[in-house]
Amino acid sequence: MIALATPAVVIPTFGGSPSSYACERANRLFCANWVSRNWSSVLWPALRQHIVLSVVAVAIGFAIAFALALVAHRRRAVERPVILISGVLYTIPSLALFEILVPFRPLGLSARTAEVALVSYTLLILFRNILTGLRDVPDDVREAAAGMGMTARQTLWRVELPLALPSIIAGVRIATVTVIALATVASYICDEGLGVPILAAIQDGVFKTELITAGGLAVALALCADGLLVLLQRALTPWSRAQAR
Amino acid sequence: MIPASDTARSEGSSGFAPAAPLELQHVTKRYPGQAAPAISDLSLEVAAGEVCVLVGPSGSGKTTAMRLINRMIELTSGDILLGGHSVLERRPNELRREIGYVIQQIGLFPHQTIAENIATVPRLLGWDRPRIAARTQELLELVGLDPDEMRDRYPAQLSGGQRQRVGVARALAADPPLMLMDEPFGAIDPINRGRLQDEFLRLQATVRKTVVFVTHDIDEAIKMGDRIAILREGGVLAQYAPPVELLTRPADDFIAQFVGADRGLKRLALTTLKDVKLIEPNGLAPSGRRVPLSSTVRDALSMILTAGGEPLTVIDDEDRVAGLVTLELVGGLLGKGGALASARGGDATVSSEDGESP
Repeated sequence: MIALATPAVVIPTFGGSPSSYACERANRLFCANWVSRNWSSVLWPALRQHIVLSVVAVAIGFAIAFALALVAHRRRAVERPVILISGVLYTIPSLALFEILVPFRPLGLSARTAEVALVSYTLLILFRNILTGLRDVPDDVREAAAGMGMTARQTLWRVELPLALPSIIAGVRIATVTVIALATVASYICDEGLGVPILAAIQDGVFKTELITAGGLAVALALCADGLLVLLQRALTPWSRAQAR
Repeated sequence: MIPASDTARSEGSSGFAPAAPLELQHVTKRYPGQAAPAISDLSLEVAAGEVCVLVGPSGSGKTTAMRLINRMIELTSGDILLGGHSVLERRPNELRREIGYVIQQIGLFPHQTIAENIATVPRLLGWDRPRIAARTQELLELVGLDPDEMRDRYPAQLSGGQRQRVGVARALAADPPLMLMDEPFGAIDPINRGRLQDEFLRLQATVRKTVVFVTHDIDEAIKMGDRIAILREGGVLAQYAPPVELLTRPADDFIAQFVGADRGLKRLALTTLKDVKLIEPNGLAPSGRRVPLSSTVRDALSMILTAGGEPLTVIDDEDRVAGLVTLELVGGLLGKGGALASARGGDATVSSEDGESP
């Protein structure tokens, strides 16, 4: 971490004209030159790692929540324990959860620990939204599906899941934005993600450009991901925008 | 709708018979934990191509009886034969693909276009694309919707009446020998309901399906049914007879009460002016109010009363004067010896010409 943050902490005297470091020397709030100089060595790798961390967390969280929701859709008794456990996981402060997980053998100070924590935060949101989406399918639609001879599996894949899509994607949007924000905290236990430059800047305590840029990138990433998911929903549910003519 | 009729008949490569007889044999449905059965020893036969209306007050089990047929509910004892074969020996999903099903809320799939909705059962049966496309086209025409305009719309973009037509088209998609219709027009406003009922009767004259039709509305039952089964509480069959017979010879006080004190008027609704000997118009100038020959006698009576008792001029399809109808003429139909007289009201018997549905 220290090695990565070095360019921000020690103002180098080599390379480039002295004037290009004027901003850093004056310690202004935001130095565009610093950003362009550190983009490929610090910011871009951190952003890329952040995307991977978030995507993996949401994907694994979705797979688990989806399977649990399908079971709970058929057996109501499953719903309460799942809500209870995922609810408890959701309320554990993220820093505390990281610290709890680190002593476990296969985890330790690694991205795996971060993923376990991030996944556990997505479960409640995703499970609830998937299950609500499935449950909100109108009874008459289900009745018609059964009455025309669809099997339970055909009804699920051809009718219930497509109709649950808006609710499911709404859940994925919340989970994604949450994970992108939380993943910055993962830098306390592993050297990955936008949290790394943020942490470095906090430890440095003087130079603000790195903090602002990395934080801004996390916000921009969340907004982009949310926007992409909105587009995905529009593409997948053309019927939801069909209005009476 | 009518022009598409011959194409509808020429279909039938679905492997199903065009229409199949239905027979309920001593069917009983008992729910666990309930003392009284929901359906008690119900036996009735529906001939192939006939419309059987199940009607009764709430709690009479009419919807339950219908859902036993496609095994949405499993019966407790007895048997149901479709085309001579017990439905109990079939796998429920396969059985249901062979039976058209229309429910009051219609239950169109909101995420599918009209064409996809109609293609539901053909897709389950594994038809190929060109065949499904041709069938969709044919069915939309059959129910009076413009295929090019409707095919790619979503249910949310349709009016209630249009959705209802799509529901019927979807149920007919695989050309099933039996149609089950559970209050199919119940959620439609009265004006459009009348229109949809007329359309369905025209459609039925073309496709000639065996139909089991559930309603709580005795007027709808009289209009739609070839035969009407009136159920009373506990799913007991009170009377099973053609509409005219129910109105002229109700089996007991329950039936008489259920068909209503105005059953004389209802008999008038079963007869059109075509079936009545009208007064010759000789010499009489056609007076103000006109009524088409296809109107029911009940509507004509209503118009006469609205007009303060003045006679009406009856006009045929070509706009020619067919005759006159007066208050006295209508009264004579219902009076002793009249064509529509009640067996309970006097010694008159039901004449064979009085409008049993063709």
